[in-house]
Amino acid sequence: MEIGSMVAVTLVQIAVVMGVVLLTVAYMTYAERKVLSFMQDRLGPMEVGPWGLLQPIADGLKLFFKEDIIPSGANKIIFAVAPIICLVPALIGFAVIPYNGSFTLFGLEGGGVISDLNVGLLYIFAVAGMGAYGVILGGWASNSKYAFLGGLRSAAQIISYELAMGFSIVGVLLLSGSLSLVTVTEAQAGTWFGFIPQWNIFLQPVAFVAYVIAAVAETNRLPFDMPEAESELVAGFFTEYSGMRFSLFFLAEYGNMILVSCLASILFLGGYKAPLPILEFIPGFVWLALKTWALLFFFIWIRGTYPRVRFDQLMKFGWKVLIPVTLANLLVTALGVYIYNN
Amino acid sequence: MIEALFIYLATVCVICAVLTVSLRQPVYNVLALLTMFFHVAGLYVLLNAEFLAVVQIIVYAGAILVLYLFVLMLLNVRTQSRHLHRQWPFAVLILGSVTAMLVGALQDGTWGVASGEYTAAAIQEIGNTQAIGLRLYTDYLLPFEVASLVLLVAMIGAIVLTKKGLIDDHIKE
Repeated sequence: MEIGSMVAVTLVQIAVVMGVVLLTVAYMTYAERKVLSFMQDRLGPMEVGPWGLLQPIADGLKLFFKEDIIPSGANKIIFAVAPIICLVPALIGFAVIPYNGSFTLFGLEGGGVISDLNVGLLYIFAVAGMGAYGVILGGWASNSKYAFLGGLRSAAQIISYELAMGFSIVGVLLLSGSLSLVTVTEAQAGTWFGFIPQWNIFLQPVAFVAYVIAAVAETNRLPFDMPEAESELVAGFFTEYSGMRFSLFFLAEYGNMILVSCLASILFLGGYKAPLPILEFIPGFVWLALKTWALLFFFIWIRGTYPRVRFDQLMKFGWKVLIPVTLANLLVTALGVYIYNN
Repeated sequence: MIEALFIYLATVCVICAVLTVSLRQPVYNVLALLTMFFHVAGLYVLLNAEFLAVVQIIVYAGAILVLYLFVLMLLNVRTQSRHLHRQWPFAVLILGSVTAMLVGALQDGTWGVASGEYTAAAIQEIGNTQAIGLRLYTDYLLPFEVASLVLLVAMIGAIVLTKKGLIDDHIKE
């Protein structure tokens, strides 16, 4: 393929993926409010559009027109940059997410992924780690005790649970023998006995549970939302933010949720692969979307179910339970792979 | 193209390295160092070492530097005065010898020519990560394990230092 059409295809892919991600973020906020409402026997947003379907757009417009306030005594440059540092990693992670098998559209070939990096998984971890800087710096630059404490809590939490998250996926890497997310997905094709899909969740159940717990903690969601615990810290690290800057933090949080859910579907649930051969007529991106939405629903579900844990419980659980369990799982997996290969 | 990128990355690296030691506000120092790490990772990508680039970001930028920032904010260090550390003669000595070594190596003439069995083409074929893994766990297993042992010793040392009071109490009992 010549360079011109290659650039064009990539740009179109980026535009489509970003569009879908941002739309999902918008409707994730709507879904969250609706699902939580139903769980609490309420109706949720109903006024804007039919069943309140246009609510996210109204919210977005409202945030756009709000006044932008910078607190006195804040570090202006870092205060302005922090939301961007937070949002960019959440969005560029999607560059290596394979959303479909390779396909042909209008005579142009698409790989089904913006960039099939051979270190794709590590790339996601590298950029996801950068989100912590946005949170810490935002908290620090606000010149506010609440924001500062929220930022510090968030940093401690992200550092602790990133380890467990990393360990939990090493087992999957051992099984598929690659860091490329496309290869990881392709390795999960096919079925056992004709009806059980060859997904990693069946080989790595412990890792899947550990990953999901770590993912909830990484994205600062209930029951691990210590960095923004309303009753203690008002809103945590973005207490002082308003208007567009606030919405950037908001976008980052939901973008991260979608990213870790996408990653979980790819690593453990077969990504864009259909669960059974008879269902292969449904295109791959539909499967990825279904799996990701199932996990996103799970995020909302546990938010509606569990109370917040205490900070010392959070740290103790991360370091003394989750990391040893994932390490043990890694050891067992390594032994299993060694025996199987010989 | 590659040369232009190299010049950009190398220039920013040098500027950020200087800023890291010369800015007054500690948080700015950390941010300058962070920018430098990213550009060093960029240099690795130019050398077709994606694995090293990503690991550089995960380990240094994602873990170590976050901890620096964390500790810095926890202690709330705000030094406004410039002063020379009393160990500066040692620093000059080490800097001087490293510079001499680099200049010597550059004048040797073998710079950039030496290549082992893993040429760029060979690495392209088996993959960057695989090449490092194979090399590390077959030929350099012992040094690798020794390095991790050294890190473990340092870690235990740090724990002993922070728990000093506790251990003293324990001995008294």
